[in-house]
Amino acid sequence: MSIEKTEELILNMGPQHPSMHGLFRMVVHLAGETVTNIEPKLGYLHRGMEKLAESRTYSQFIPYTDRLDYLASPHNNWAYVQTVEKLMGVEIPERAEYLRVIFGELARIASHQVCIASTALDMAGWSAWSYAFRDRERICDMYEMTAGSRLTVNIMRIGGMSAEPPEEFWPALQSFLDDTPEMLEEYYGIFFGNEIAMGRLKNVGILTKEMAENLSITGPVLRASGVDYDVRKADPYSIYDRFDFDVPVRTGCDSYDRTIIRMDEIVESIKIIKQAVRDIPGGPIMAKVPKVIKPPVGEVYHRVENPKGELGFYIVSDGTTKPTRLRIRPATFINLQMLPIVAKGWKIQDVVAIFATLDAVLGEVDK
Amino acid sequence: METLNYLLETLNNLFLIIADAIRGLFADPQSVWANLTMNVINFIIVVIIVVLAALILILLERKVAGWTSQRPGPNRLGPRGWFQTIADALKLMGKEDVTPAGADKLIFKIAPMIIFCLPMMTLAVIPYGKDMAPINIDLGILYFVAISSISTLCFLMAGWGSNNKYSLLGGMRAVAQMISYEIPLLFSLLGVVMITQSFNLGVIVEAQGTIPFIVLQPLAFVIFMIAGLAELNRAPFDLVEADQEVVAGPFTEYTGLRWGLFFLGEYGNMTAMSALAATVFLGGWQGPAFLPGYVWFFMKVGVMIFMMMWVRWTFPRIRIDHLMHLAWKVLLPLSIVNILLTGLGIYIYRFVMGG
Repeated sequence: MSIEKTEELILNMGPQHPSMHGLFRMVVHLAGETVTNIEPKLGYLHRGMEKLAESRTYSQFIPYTDRLDYLASPHNNWAYVQTVEKLMGVEIPERAEYLRVIFGELARIASHQVCIASTALDMAGWSAWSYAFRDRERICDMYEMTAGSRLTVNIMRIGGMSAEPPEEFWPALQSFLDDTPEMLEEYYGIFFGNEIAMGRLKNVGILTKEMAENLSITGPVLRASGVDYDVRKADPYSIYDRFDFDVPVRTGCDSYDRTIIRMDEIVESIKIIKQAVRDIPGGPIMAKVPKVIKPPVGEVYHRVENPKGELGFYIVSDGTTKPTRLRIRPATFINLQMLPIVAKGWKIQDVVAIFATLDAVLGEVDK
Repeated sequence: METLNYLLETLNNLFLIIADAIRGLFADPQSVWANLTMNVINFIIVVIIVVLAALILILLERKVAGWTSQRPGPNRLGPRGWFQTIADALKLMGKEDVTPAGADKLIFKIAPMIIFCLPMMTLAVIPYGKDMAPINIDLGILYFVAISSISTLCFLMAGWGSNNKYSLLGGMRAVAQMISYEIPLLFSLLGVVMITQSFNLGVIVEAQGTIPFIVLQPLAFVIFMIAGLAELNRAPFDLVEADQEVVAGPFTEYTGLRWGLFFLGEYGNMTAMSALAATVFLGGWQGPAFLPGYVWFFMKVGVMIFMMMWVRWTFPRIRIDHLMHLAWKVLLPLSIVNILLTGLGIYIYRFVMGG
């Protein structure tokens, strides 16, 4: 008697695959179309950021941080410069703090819009993709007015901001804030409220609260699993303790909540920006810092709430102009650990959806 | 008024007059040679329709895509980008024809050719106007569905022959999906067949002189549209060529003109399915007399095609298990209910009319 045997299909997805968001590669083991195992293979975008930092001065490293999570570059600048400021004990001017909050929250909105867009695109929701990107362009325009570039903005300096926003920045910001509710309605109408999209995302890729905590997931992915944790509230940095905002938490634990929680966060970011625009004082945007930055001997860790999760910098200084060791705690690299665990047992197209909802940016994963 | 009516009549029967004139060139207008010549001419016309449709539809699709996603679409080549398709076709012709090393060469090469033939075979039975079906056969609907379902085989051939894992997955998806959706597709057409008591597409159009069947069979029309989209692998049912999952499915390994043939076949099949929908549900060439019948027909086809494109660029892709549930648990029972209701309706109608 012959025994009928089915063979496992090993499929190599990436690094050049339409839905791998950059240069991610995973080896997928398939039984039919059902995924039995996933092996993520990282490192296709590895540039050795941490080692590079050791041969750059403290100021020279700021543009490199732009290339970590390139969808929210002000946040990376912010995390890094605040770490150095913490080490040096620099107090920065009020106006610079407010500007940092405004640009940080704008970056959060832009990053979430890209996440919504690419999640929609991974499900072939073409129009939703271009709608979200259309609105993100306006944020890029605002970056360009202030810093001169649109993606890797390099907008912060140790001790303050690189430039004062020009006159036309404020009306542009105001009209963007006014249009946001309509934008969100559009995204909901064209994508999140769609029956097919709900069918694709709801109850797919369950990440329970326990799993999320054990895997030290952070950011919207964690909050979609019902954990109320946000660095802005848990360990307030900059001037976040002055603003009145909520941390959106959802308990669905599925792909749908992981995506739509980003819509809630956009609403909260708008709230913060409105308060910041209302309260922003005049004055200088740079503190008095020495031309050559030489932090004292010591080590420091500082973390901020990046759009994707907790982004931390650890710096060891030996008193010279260059750091002895710089370590980055990337948010999505750690969030990505859940993919093989959560995606097991789903179909290929669900794996693509789950991966999209993680909002992984390979610049940050591979450093 | 007289002259206007005469002009309209002439325009309406323009192609029939030309056909009669060609037949008149032969000594015996009904001889074998005359019939053969007419068939060859008809065939050439159908080929022209398919190629022209593809040429227009590829541009239209990109324009509709631009329109739905708020961007201009192609607008550089020629006036408003109208020459874009020609440029694309020339580019495809210039590409190297690659056959993968491990491919099943024969199957790999004939799959695109077969799929390109299908729309020509199906479009040949469509009545473009009064008495204007290139081939008038009595089992038109059955023939149409039978021929169009061969495309399943082409997708599987391409998927298997390419020796590529993505292609194989896509080919397998094609078989599962298209076989499931053929049943509701054919069942949805049966209501119309029961009313007209004929499989002949010409007779079906003649029967829609007063009201089109979309009014009598709205449920069947909806089922037909959904199943037709699935049968054509159009979004939201484009799991076969889902580029975010299986790259391009069966077409992953194809380049140049072979890939172009798949493309032509896809748009040809789309035209054919829209033509069938226009014929069976929208009244085909029937319409107010101020325009010739074939103009009405192509306008209806255009509306159907636009609907398909609109749906494609708006909706996300459906999940594979939902796809199967929709076919077997929703569309199939609904189409059977539709047949039952149609039968009851016919029975009551006859009873009331005393037939």
